[in-house]
Amino acid sequence: MSMAQDRKLETVSRTQTSTPGPRTPGGSLAGEKPKAAGDAARRIWAAFGSNRKILIVTVLLSLGSVIGSSIGPWQLGLATDLLVSDDFTLSALMRQLLIVAAIYLSASGLNFAQAWLVNDLVQNMGRDLRHAAQAKLARVPLKWFDTQPRGEVLSRFTNDIDNMVQNLQQVASQAMLMLMTIIGVLAMMVLLSVPLAVAAIIAIGVSIGATRLLSRAAQPRYAEQWRETGHLNSLVEETFTGQALIRVYGARDRVDQRFADKNTALTTASMRAQVFASLIQPVTMFVNNFAYIVVVVFGAFQVLAGAFSIGGVQAFIQYIRQIGQPISQLGSMAAQVQSALASAERVFELLDAPELSTDAAKTGLVLPVRGHVRFEHVGFRYRADQPLFENVSLEAAPGQMLAIVGPTGAGKTTLVNLLIRFYDIDSGVIWLDGKDIAAMPRDDLRRAMAMVLQDAWLFTGTIHDNIAYGCPEATREQVIAAAKRCHVDDFVCTLPEGYDTVLSNGGTSLSQGQRQLMTIARAFLLDAPILILDEATSSVDTRTEMLIQTAMADLRQGRTSFVIAHRLSTIRDADMIVYMEDGTVRETGTHDQLMALEGGYWHLQTGTKGASPH
Amino acid sequence: MTHLRTGSIGATPWRDRLLHHKWALLAILLCQMGQVTASLLLPSFSADIIDIGIGGQDASAIRYYGGLMGVAAAAQLALSGTAAFLGATVAYRIGQSLREDVFAKVHGLALSQVQGFTVGSLITRCTNDVLQVQSMLIMALTMIVVAPIMGVGSAVMAVRQDAQLSWLLLVSVPVLAGLIGFLTIKAVPLYQRMQTQLDRVNSILREQIEGIRVIRAFLQQPREAGRFAKANADLTGTAIHAGRLMAMIMPSLTAVMQLTSVALIWAGASRVRDGDLEIGALIAFLSYVALILIGVMMMGLMIVMLPRALVSARRITELLQSPVEVGPPSDPKPLPPRGSGLHLRLEEVGFGYPGAEAMVIENITFDVGPGETLGIIGATGSGKSTIVNLIARLNDPGTGRVTLGGVDLRDAAPDEFASHIGYVPQKAYLFSGTVADSLRLGNAGADEATLWNALEVAQAADFVRAMPDGLMSPVAQGGTNFSGGQRQRLAIARALVCDADLYLFDDSFSALDQATDRKLRAALRQAVGHAATVIVSQRVASIRDADRILVIEKGQMVGLGPHETLMQTCPVYAETVHSQARPEEDAA
Repeated sequence: MSMAQDRKLETVSRTQTSTPGPRTPGGSLAGEKPKAAGDAARRIWAAFGSNRKILIVTVLLSLGSVIGSSIGPWQLGLATDLLVSDDFTLSALMRQLLIVAAIYLSASGLNFAQAWLVNDLVQNMGRDLRHAAQAKLARVPLKWFDTQPRGEVLSRFTNDIDNMVQNLQQVASQAMLMLMTIIGVLAMMVLLSVPLAVAAIIAIGVSIGATRLLSRAAQPRYAEQWRETGHLNSLVEETFTGQALIRVYGARDRVDQRFADKNTALTTASMRAQVFASLIQPVTMFVNNFAYIVVVVFGAFQVLAGAFSIGGVQAFIQYIRQIGQPISQLGSMAAQVQSALASAERVFELLDAPELSTDAAKTGLVLPVRGHVRFEHVGFRYRADQPLFENVSLEAAPGQMLAIVGPTGAGKTTLVNLLIRFYDIDSGVIWLDGKDIAAMPRDDLRRAMAMVLQDAWLFTGTIHDNIAYGCPEATREQVIAAAKRCHVDDFVCTLPEGYDTVLSNGGTSLSQGQRQLMTIARAFLLDAPILILDEATSSVDTRTEMLIQTAMADLRQGRTSFVIAHRLSTIRDADMIVYMEDGTVRETGTHDQLMALEGGYWHLQTGTKGASPH
Repeated sequence: MTHLRTGSIGATPWRDRLLHHKWALLAILLCQMGQVTASLLLPSFSADIIDIGIGGQDASAIRYYGGLMGVAAAAQLALSGTAAFLGATVAYRIGQSLREDVFAKVHGLALSQVQGFTVGSLITRCTNDVLQVQSMLIMALTMIVVAPIMGVGSAVMAVRQDAQLSWLLLVSVPVLAGLIGFLTIKAVPLYQRMQTQLDRVNSILREQIEGIRVIRAFLQQPREAGRFAKANADLTGTAIHAGRLMAMIMPSLTAVMQLTSVALIWAGASRVRDGDLEIGALIAFLSYVALILIGVMMMGLMIVMLPRALVSARRITELLQSPVEVGPPSDPKPLPPRGSGLHLRLEEVGFGYPGAEAMVIENITFDVGPGETLGIIGATGSGKSTIVNLIARLNDPGTGRVTLGGVDLRDAAPDEFASHIGYVPQKAYLFSGTVADSLRLGNAGADEATLWNALEVAQAADFVRAMPDGLMSPVAQGGTNFSGGQRQRLAIARALVCDADLYLFDDSFSALDQATDRKLRAALRQAVGHAATVIVSQRVASIRDADRILVIEKGQMVGLGPHETLMQTCPVYAETVHSQARPEEDAA
């Protein structure tokens, strides 16, 4: 049971290490600017696609809303002035107040319409990006994919898209509005009273300056905080992964001590950062209040001097309050824009990854497939500077079983990967029934093959669906029949829900061996003319393996099969054994022939060490 | 503060923690009340400036009240700064103690519990979830508490300015609260659903990345695309829905407050004309309305963040309150002294996972004395590792008992028990540090000679010596910078360094080639001759020389005895041996 568990841990830690800590996805700290921010911004713009017109509409809506909320206080001030003026009439006041109410209501209505539209736009863009990311997965060459850490790819397609959408929504719905509000309100202030506006602008300038000063002081301390968080997280990850060991080895006290130290270090660092961070809000508030006081006092003198009206002072007070919040939030908006752009850049980088050549113009495979496979002087390398295969030739007649053996790193898996065109060869030709496989559509080629991979991949779903993965139309009877042949039925029937048991990450854990048996059953059900078994039973115990030998033999019957295995029991029956080392075929022949050679194969089988005699 | 062994955490892990900081919390509350009062005084002073200063044509009054406003603003700065810092301090302290408790709790979890939670989720709970709760606390203490104080305070001040106008607030504040309440009640479940759907989208994508080859080989891209598209559409649907609700919040709140100001002027108009109400008071009233709006909006913004933090808090509580399944006994019985030779006995032991109907193993009985070796062999999933896990007390048996030196493992002190056993798990996991650190896991004081000795036995001395830094060479987390075989040999050496009375090898030779395996076992017999040894293996070769071999199939004992006897009496064993026959024997 625990092997499946272990595998799961591996995946967890793989993805976890790639994004240590809960920082901004992609590990981009606030200080790290996207390399090509302008470029990313342009791509986001393009990603809105046909909705760009709507985006422009939202900008107009914000503009309307801002104009409304900017002239509102001024108009309300006029109402107040009316109160203290000599030509006051109730109906005049009523008219003025109705105007103000209408202005306010339409400003809010426009604001609402804008936020609604932006929300739909951004969420739909998020959906399209996720869709594009998923679709991209089907088109990238494995050669490229192999060079990318899986956790990294996953993180870009999940965390980064998510981060981008969330920040964009905030920015698009609010930043624009805030910026325009600031401009609109400042304009109104200047229109109402230049001296008062100047006083207010000075106060705002001081506010921005103070905030920036504080956040700059906090920045290195934030970095320190993230660093400590990373240290603590990796200790937690390591300890929890090795939880059993720590207990059995009685090493708890030492680990606890290290944890306590790191925990304290993190708290200290956090508090050090907080000294400055916690001042930002109060200081902003203070400066806003300061601006308020300036407006009231200075405004009062102006009124006394007869240079300004009391309603004007009231309007100014409202304006000061109105822009206080946008200004104090501009800083965090800027950080959000940066974070969104950084994520966007990482997402687009992945979407721009190279793609497989197209299959469109190729002619299909002639049916029925006989399964005659021939490698002719095949050369292949994963990296340009590291040749793996040079000049590999081999042939399997229809219905033959070909066993591929050799030490780790000999290129066994690569050989079958080339056959199924996970990778395209660099030189030579691979023929299937006399046709170059590079000249046929990949799907046609793969339809002719059933493959059991070393890594027993199962998806979240029922056991039935997993066995029927290659042919969803299979009936329950067919699935059970395949499962019985491969001894999957033995353990499935002990599960309370049988074939309807849902396999999931956190739920039922099957052992690696059981998973492998399921993937064999999957291939069984597929009924393809060519069979590829890559270490298909490596985690299955020898006795169970022996029990499914007959099933495997039946499966191979009438099919060309390529079998990679270590165990003698699996390969002994092969029509031909290909012994590989360092990317070349060293020996070919039957078991007896190769044993008689006393070469690499013989060494491998007898377990004797020593250099291969070549 | 570093008292880690918090045995059991009460039913309310949150209340106690908050109570622990009651004085700081009280200080925060007072500071916040003070700073709110200060900021509420500002409009009141400005009313005086307008009414006394402008109304009475008195420039000195303007200066006087202007000065008072400055004092109030400064007081507000000082008090809110203090509150913010104290709030963060309390939040970080609580975060620290939560991490500590989660960390301590995980130490005591049984293997079955760890598997139930999954390691990934435990890690998240100790890191990200605590962080979420911590940020939520900071917000709560610095902003959320301010909102009600602000609301009540400005209402009081408004009433003080003019009682007759305050009925307007009695209308608009409940309307605001109702609006926020309505939107929150609507939005919170949506956000929770969105989180689940987001997790689903991510897990499908993760699966597709991991299974990229299988998907291609089986031509299932269209199906996978469909599966993803559905999850993606679900997520987008919920996100749009939730987002639209959020889009409503700001405009509707602002509209209510703006209309309140308009109504205020209208309601105050005739009284201002009659001279019953000063114009300054009216303007001050407008300011209070704005302050209430700010308070309410702050609350609205915070509430959006609440669901995530609540989910995190619930996950932490769930972990902290999970039962202690392999906890230390209240009254530990001493084990015999180390080195005196220990007898391991299993008496009718059975084990099943909680919730599962079938037992994984049943009725397992055997004993291993000092100097004896027991081999355990069986098919994948037959329950071999389960037995080892019970012996190592990673789980406690459901039925029967496991005794060491006559003491039930459940009655032994964990640390004392740990000092008696050397355990090599199925998956060789090494802790980061140097090779020496890694080897000293169970025996911190081991000298270099002991380490080299263990390495020699484990057939690891050659490659460690070949590394430029020898014992000081770095080990990456998990030991990933070593090959599988090297890792396994280091894990074996690590167990040998413990100099234990009982050794457990759980399929620990699988990654070794047969020649190394053979040499290692020969050396091992010399090195641990005095101890009781249990070896689990799939390979007959690894266990055929054991004093006794336990053959297990589907959780049941089907044979127990030496190799020769089992070959005669146990067909399962004989078949297994046959299935692993080697070519030269075959030829013979």
